[in-house]
Amino acid sequence: MTQITSKTWSELKPVGSTRVPEGLWLRCPACGAMIYRKQMEANQHVCPECEHHYRIGARERIRQLADDGSFEPMFDDLVSGDPLKFTDLKGYKERLAAEQKRTGERDGVQAGRVFVKGRPAMLCCLDLTFMMGSMGSVVGEVVTRSIEYATAHDLPLVVVSCSGGARMQESGLSLMQMAKTSAALARHDDAGGLFISVLTDPTTGGVSASFAMLGDIIVAEPKALIGFAGPRVIKQTIRQELPEGFQRSEFLLQSGLIDRVVHRHELRNEIARIIDYANK
Amino acid sequence: MAIPYTLEFEKPLVEIEAQIEALEAEGDDKDAGFRKEVARLRKSHQTLLKKIYAGLTPWETVRVARHPKRPQFRDYIKLLCKDFCELHGDRRFSDDPAIVTGFGRVGAIKCMLIGHHKGRDTNEKLACHFGCAHPEGYRKALLKMKMAEKFGLPIVTFVDTPGAFPGIGAEQRGQAEAIAVNLLEMSRIETPIVSVVVGEGGSGGALGIAVADRVAMLEHAWYSVISPEGCAAILWKEANAETNNLAATALNLTAKDNKRLGIVDEIIKEPVGGAHRDPAHAARNIEKWITDQLIELERVKPTLLPGRRYERFRKLGEYETLKPARDGTGD
Repeated sequence: MTQITSKTWSELKPVGSTRVPEGLWLRCPACGAMIYRKQMEANQHVCPECEHHYRIGARERIRQLADDGSFEPMFDDLVSGDPLKFTDLKGYKERLAAEQKRTGERDGVQAGRVFVKGRPAMLCCLDLTFMMGSMGSVVGEVVTRSIEYATAHDLPLVVVSCSGGARMQESGLSLMQMAKTSAALARHDDAGGLFISVLTDPTTGGVSASFAMLGDIIVAEPKALIGFAGPRVIKQTIRQELPEGFQRSEFLLQSGLIDRVVHRHELRNEIARIIDYANK
Repeated sequence: MAIPYTLEFEKPLVEIEAQIEALEAEGDDKDAGFRKEVARLRKSHQTLLKKIYAGLTPWETVRVARHPKRPQFRDYIKLLCKDFCELHGDRRFSDDPAIVTGFGRVGAIKCMLIGHHKGRDTNEKLACHFGCAHPEGYRKALLKMKMAEKFGLPIVTFVDTPGAFPGIGAEQRGQAEAIAVNLLEMSRIETPIVSVVVGEGGSGGALGIAVADRVAMLEHAWYSVISPEGCAAILWKEANAETNNLAATALNLTAKDNKRLGIVDEIIKEPVGGAHRDPAHAARNIEKWITDQLIELERVKPTLLPGRRYERFRKLGEYETLKPARDGTGD
């Protein structure tokens, strides 16, 4: 599975840096305008000039989607072991510890019960700020438990994806999370459950090739990179330049692969509307 | 006997083979001393072969799994089935030659056979994209699986792919969606599914036809989330002889590793020196495993299979729980 990590990252990010640089003012990586940081943040991390959607972590996502104070965190007691004693230039254990220290999170996912404009739902958000939102055993388990919980309680399930793919450091076990999450969704489907999959920048590899593309309804934020293989791998394989806008939300919409492209400001309304239409 | 394509760790073997050949060319068959010498060389060849293949490193295993002479799906079909009836096409876009599907008998059991095929000569390899399937390949596989379910046939899949094809058309036609749908649908198919990783088990492209009740690996196959080269390029910043080696080891991709992790249920023995030295022998071992599994699985009511399959995959993954769950499945 093609994964996106720090190495390939520079080629994959849409136009600028992953995180908003520190400081009162910042230059929008898409339009180049100088924007006031607080204004951008108050605008749900969207550039007030050009509508560029900045990447946001799971906590901010939940804040934007859930009714105030309605989020009840669940399954937040899981941490990765190091089942393979994986070591590359750095040990996986050290990497995890460093990420945990930097982000204050245990792994790359947040899940819990919420209300979205008064409608109860199960919300699960991958967290790009933690190891690129990559899916190892913990992410796979939390997503699976969220699905199972939604099925058991007949709750609409909303999963917000942003991930470089399966986590290499857990190798085959990460791969198996794809089967596990997809199989849980089969049961959710059998039970008549609603699954709204929200794709954000970026959703690739093992996450796109499992639960992210299995929504009853699939919506994507504008200009998000969504695909199976990363653009760099494709470029290397076919040895030609990729067309403008390739693997972006609008391209997927045109290709018939997603239902809607939804602006971040409208996401909460859209989710509520879909829940209503699905009679959930 | 001599295999023209030589893996570097097989070089001592090739030397002995050359000696035997040279001796045989000039020697006198009636000479007892000569016969003894040839027998001695053959014996040491066999001992060395056994020793080398018993101690393959993970990266060497990957090299064996990719050996150009290693039997592929169509070879196994010929060795296993007398009356294979190939079924083409996904009824939507095209017929992907990287995934071959059709009716066939394994032993006496009628099955739906599905497998990746890499291609042998250059033309076939190009047509098959070296075993890298497109979305239409995965959709074709699913279509035939659904048919198998309808007619009560068990499904047998052979996995042998470096990964799903990364290309413009593949992305445009929904590579990720095609694989994801297979994972979902295979989990709830009400007929037995058994899978054998016979060569390369490259990531989602492999898993896309391997969500099975029982999964086995050939002794020298590999199965992992990413190829060692891909992993080395990302985590070691460069794929070369040294980092490929390190990545292959770190990824725990051998049959033994996957068995230990619970990802596969069984390791199928290969003939000494790998399946490419005796494809018929490898095929017999595969056939035995498949028929054993299918006989067992056919005793299970088909409607109960998805539940058991779910449990098989549900338990995979390793993590620690820090404190008593605040809320959870027990709720």
